[in-house]
Amino acid sequence: MTGWAHHLLIAPILLPLVAGALLLLYDERRQFLKGVINLISTLAMLSVAITLLRFADGPATGVYQLGNWPAPFGIVLVLDRLSALILVLTSVLATASLIFSLARWHKAGAYFHTLFQLLLMGVNGAVLTGDLFNLFVFFEVMLAASYGLVLHGSGPQRVRAGLHYIVVNLTASFLFLIGVALIYGVTGTLNMADLAAKIPAVSGNDRLLLEAGAAVLGIAFLIKAGMWPLSFSLLNAYTVAAAPVAAIFAILSKVGIYVLLRLSPLFFGAQAGASAGFGSNLLLIGGMATLAYGLIGVLASQAMARLAAYSVLVSSGTLLTAIGLSDAGVTSGALFYLVSSTLTVSAFFLLIELIERGQDPAAGILAVTAEAFGDEDEDEKEDEIGVALPGTLAILGVCFGGCGILLAGLPPLSGFIAKLSIMVALFSPAETGNGISATTWLFTALLIVSGLSALLAMSRDGIRMFWAPIDATVPRVLIVEVVPVVVLLVLTLALTVQGGPVMRYMNDTARALHAPAQYIQDVLTAPRVPPAREGASH
Amino acid sequence: MELLIAIAIGVLAGSGVWLLLRPRTYQVIIGLSLISYSVNLFIFSMGRLRSDAPPVLTGNAGSIGAYADPVPQALVLTAIVIGFATTALFLVVLLASRGLTGTDHVDGREQQ
Repeated sequence: MTGWAHHLLIAPILLPLVAGALLLLYDERRQFLKGVINLISTLAMLSVAITLLRFADGPATGVYQLGNWPAPFGIVLVLDRLSALILVLTSVLATASLIFSLARWHKAGAYFHTLFQLLLMGVNGAVLTGDLFNLFVFFEVMLAASYGLVLHGSGPQRVRAGLHYIVVNLTASFLFLIGVALIYGVTGTLNMADLAAKIPAVSGNDRLLLEAGAAVLGIAFLIKAGMWPLSFSLLNAYTVAAAPVAAIFAILSKVGIYVLLRLSPLFFGAQAGASAGFGSNLLLIGGMATLAYGLIGVLASQAMARLAAYSVLVSSGTLLTAIGLSDAGVTSGALFYLVSSTLTVSAFFLLIELIERGQDPAAGILAVTAEAFGDEDEDEKEDEIGVALPGTLAILGVCFGGCGILLAGLPPLSGFIAKLSIMVALFSPAETGNGISATTWLFTALLIVSGLSALLAMSRDGIRMFWAPIDATVPRVLIVEVVPVVVLLVLTLALTVQGGPVMRYMNDTARALHAPAQYIQDVLTAPRVPPAREGASH
Repeated sequence: MELLIAIAIGVLAGSGVWLLLRPRTYQVIIGLSLISYSVNLFIFSMGRLRSDAPPVLTGNAGSIGAYADPVPQALVLTAIVIGFATTALFLVVLLASRGLTGTDHVDGREQQ
């Protein structure tokens, strides 16, 4: 990747920024135009992300030096397999939920498209950056946009949940700052690769300060990832958020997971000397507690949106436990699980809105929207462009069944492969060399029981929604609303069919994460762009 | 000077946390502001507290030991701006909540 292609590395940040700014120029009467701009930008981002993924799946780490300053002094963007993977996942989810929202939801409030693009910018930036403070800045961009989006559609419920969500996340941001400041105070650097190189040399009281800083920083990420008992505000926000917003929010909790996946092997991996393995026990215990809490919540929830929100927690819990185990094999299974579960939950959030539309229109969330934004619902019937779907209930039913199979982790869809590969790694010879530990058994049991609870909850809801109602009205669903759900589910099927190459990619990713020497070297020794000819006269 | 700054940070953070746990949205936002002040001071003090040490190189540079670390000062500026912006955003949500629910309780309804 040389010449102009090198600048592609910063495109996932610049593209949404420019598109978001451009969208501000048009007012609410130009919704169609705004939708088109947003769609073009999102599709462009998808193709950039796929190009970057192909590049990242090579031997080299992509390093982009902002302002041509070398690594520990300037901010660098770093592209490796993990960040490319999350970039692609983000843009796939973004495309799906954007197309879904174009049917009607994007009209439910002001500035939806701008906030949407800025959210993508924040996520992409957080994934690409190689600098701890720059990570904070992108987190704030992402969160500020998410504060706006969680209120999209308005209504007392959303405002109340949004209020709690904002307070908790603002507090988390302050913890983030304290952690970053402590780490800087001890090591004198903010570059992740440089930090990883310096942490083994820290000793004595400084090491205590460093670990305190890392712990405070970790709490901030765990709040984003939704670890129990830090997850209550996240649950409510996900439950009440508008369907396309909830679908894209599925990636937000994964950004917290991404940072933990990146930083815990980098800072406290085997090479970290006295601090090696710091925090992994907490992640292990916290992850399993989250998993247990999530699976009980899945069983207990009456509303489907709540069920989906608890599924996010189940997914977070599984991933946190896997990170806590800090083993390359488990991590690679967990990465597969991350992709599969994020696609599933996102499709499920979209599907729920379609199904519930037919149940009780008066109590639907759209009614709340109408209350705040006038009686938009009345003339929306003529407003809708596109074709209503034939055989609606059959298609919705099949999609619902697909989500159930994925959440439960049954064959033939990718949820099964994901859980299986985690378990195979758990019981592999390398792990079981000195007997199978109680933790392994407990984690395996929780994984299986969480699948069972998802299966129970989904069949209960499926019966209630599709079989039990006698005179249920068939929801009016547009093709453009079903297509994203179907595409997301087909992608999970593709993950199964292409299981071999995908698993190979995940294995490479996990191995690189757990042996970060190459990453550190690539970032710190990346060549600068040579100065232009007249620069020599100075 | 260290003791003074440490006490100031502690008092600000302590009162901020106490206010954050109160039931009125106004108290919460003041609490958040106090916490953000304490965090900003904390970031600043992580560059070590020194007097008569400029953060920017001057004409005859001299030894590096005569200068204060400029990075925390740059960080604190960014943190102030971001903290201010997000707190202002919270203020809007606070007002929306007051308007929609008719109460300034954080749960949107009064405790019985």
